Amino acid sequence: MTTIDWLLADSPTSRLQANAGRAYRMLRALMRNPLAVIGGIIILTLIFAAAFAPWIAPESPLGQNLEARLLPPSADHWMGTDELGRDIFSRVVYGARITLVIVALVALISAPLGLIIGAVAGYFGGWTDKVLMGLTDVFLSMPKLILALAFVAALGPGIENAIIAIAITAWPAYARIARAETLTFRNSEFIAATRLLGASHSRIIVQHVLPLCTSSMIIRVTLDMAGIILTAAGLGFLGLGAQPPLPEWGAMISRGRTFILDQWWVATMPGFAIILVSLGFCFLGDGLRDVLDPKQGGKS
Amino acid sequence: MSNKGNSKSKLLSLLTGIAGFAFVVVLTFLGLLAITFFIGRVVPIDPVLSVVGDRATQEQYDAARIAMGLDQPLWRQFLTYVADVARGDFGMSISTNRPVAEDLARVFPATLEMATLGIIIGVVLGVPTGVWAAAKQGTWVDQIIRVFALLGYSVPAFWLGLVGLAVFYAGLGWVAGPGRVDIYYEGLVDPISGVLLIDALLIGDTEVFWNALSHLVLPSLILGFFSLAYIARMTRSFMLDQLGQEFITTARVKGVSEWKVIWSHGFKPIRVPLITVIGLSYAALLEGSVMIETVFSWPGIGNYLTHALLNADMNAVLGATLVIGAVFIFINKISDVLYRVLDPRSKS
Repeated sequence: MTTIDWLLADSPTSRLQANAGRAYRMLRALMRNPLAVIGGIIILTLIFAAAFAPWIAPESPLGQNLEARLLPPSADHWMGTDELGRDIFSRVVYGARITLVIVALVALISAPLGLIIGAVAGYFGGWTDKVLMGLTDVFLSMPKLILALAFVAALGPGIENAIIAIAITAWPAYARIARAETLTFRNSEFIAATRLLGASHSRIIVQHVLPLCTSSMIIRVTLDMAGIILTAAGLGFLGLGAQPPLPEWGAMISRGRTFILDQWWVATMPGFAIILVSLGFCFLGDGLRDVLDPKQGGKS
Repeated sequence: MSNKGNSKSKLLSLLTGIAGFAFVVVLTFLGLLAITFFIGRVVPIDPVLSVVGDRATQEQYDAARIAMGLDQPLWRQFLTYVADVARGDFGMSISTNRPVAEDLARVFPATLEMATLGIIIGVVLGVPTGVWAAAKQGTWVDQIIRVFALLGYSVPAFWLGLVGLAVFYAGLGWVAGPGRVDIYYEGLVDPISGVLLIDALLIGDTEVFWNALSHLVLPSLILGFFSLAYIARMTRSFMLDQLGQEFITTARVKGVSEWKVIWSHGFKPIRVPLITVIGLSYAALLEGSVMIETVFSWPGIGNYLTHALLNADMNAVLGATLVIGAVFIFINKISDVLYRVLDPRSKS
C-alpha cells in the first residue's frame, strides 16, 4: 500500500489517517486552482524572506550611506536607495518580518477571541446570545479604520499599539461566523451524546464546538489578511504604526512621499511589496473558500 | 372579520418591527459613544496631565480634574458626555481653537463631495463589470475581472494616490494637483451648500467649476476603484446565484435572447441586495477617504482627523470619529431598511 493509497483510503482506521487524508484531498483540490497556487507561493516567499532576511538582503536595512542617496534602481540597488542611502530592496526584505509579525499577532489575538465569543453565544443561546451578539453587532457596524486610528491616538503611536488597535476592530466578523457555524450543529446528536456522558459546557465548547468552526475561520482570516496588512500600512503611513527607522512598508512609503515626483522609486517600491503580499492572501483565501466551502463560491 | 384581524396583526408586527429597529439603532449609537468615551477618558494614562501639562502644581491639577468632571463616577461622566454630544458639543479643538462641531460642519461637505462622486463611479462601472464576469463565468474575462477586483482589496489607497499624483498630475499633467481648487480660485465661491461643484454652478462660475472638477477627478476615481472592486465582486456572486436558477434555464430554452436573460431575468432580482452592497460601500468610502484626503491635501474630515491625530488633539479626533462613525452606522441601517422594504420575500 502506497502512501497515496493510505491517504485516500475510503475507510480510515485512525483519526490521524482520516485527517491526513482530508488534508491531502484539500491540498490536491487547492493545487488545481491556479490563483490559489500563486497565492500560496507568494505567502511562502514572504515567510521565506522574513526567516532568511539577513541572507537575502544584500545590505543592512538600517545602515546609512549618505554618498549613495536617492540612487535610481540599478544592478547594485535593485529598488534604488532612499534619502539616507539605505538599500530599499534590503529594507523591503526586512519589512517582511514586520508585516508577518503584525498579521500573525492580529490573527492570534482576534480569531480566538471572536471564535470563543461566537461559539459561546451560539452554544448557550438565549440571553447570552442576545447580549454577546448585540455587542458584536455594535462593533461590526463601526468603521474599522477610524476606530483603529482613534485607539492608536489614545494609546500612542507604535507597532504594539497598532496591533492591539487592529485586533480590537477585527474580532466581530469572526464571532459572527463562529456563531453561525455553532448554530448549525448545537442541537445535533453528537453534542447531546457528549452532554449525556457528563461533559461540562466548557469541555463541549473547547473539544467539540471550536474545532468544527475552524475551517470557515481559516478562510475568513486568510481573506481578512489583506485588510489587516493595508490597515497596518496605513497606520505606518500616517506615522502612527511602526516608527522609523524600522523598515515597515507603510512608513517607508510615507518617507518617500516627499520625493514622489523626482525619485519615484522610494515610495513606489514598498507599495509593490504590500500589493503583492495582500494579493497573495486574497488569492489563497479565495481558493481555500472554493475548496473548503464550495457552496459559498464567489461570495464574500 | 378575519381580514380585519389580519391587517391589525400586520400593523402590530410593523410597529414592533420599527420599535425593534429603533432600539437597535439607538443601541448602536450608544455603543459608538461608549467606545469614543472609553478611548477619550479611560485609555490615556492621565487625561488631566495631557491638559494641564506635567509642570502644573497639585492645586492646578486638582482644579482641572474637577473642572473636567473626572472626580465623578464613570457612569455619570458617560451621561454628561452623551448629553454634551447630543447638544452638538464636542469640545474645543486645541489646534484650531474653534469648537470641534464647527470645524466638522465646515469640512464635512468636501468629504461628501468626493465620496459621492466616488460611489457614482463605483456603481456605474462596478455593476456592469460584475454582471459581465458572471455571464462569462470561468472564462479569461472572468479571471481578469477577478484579479482586477482583488487588486481593489490589495492596493493601499494612499499608495495609489501618490502614484496617481506622480503619473497624472506631475507626469502627464491631465489633472490638477492636491487641494480642492487652485490657490488663486481659493475663496472665490462662498459656501452655500459647502459642495464646491454645486456652489460654483449655483453662482454660475464655470471657471471655478472646471478647476474644482479637475482637482476632484483623480481622488474620486481612486475611491471609485475601491468601491468598484467590492461592488463588482458582489454583483458577480449575486448574478451567479440567479443564473443557476431554473427559471433562467426555462427562459433560455424558450429562446429568449442571452442579453434579455441576463438583464431582465437575471439582473432584476438582484437589484434589491445590490442596494445594500452599494450602501455599505458608500459608508466604506467615507472611511476610505481618510487616507486619500491625507495624500491629496483634500480639506475634508479625513484630513482634519489625521491632522488632529498628529497634534494629539483628542477632542477633534473623537469628534471626527463620532461623526464618521455615526454617518457610517446611519448609511448601514438605511440600506438595511431599504432592503427589507423593497424585497418582497422579506414581507412574509
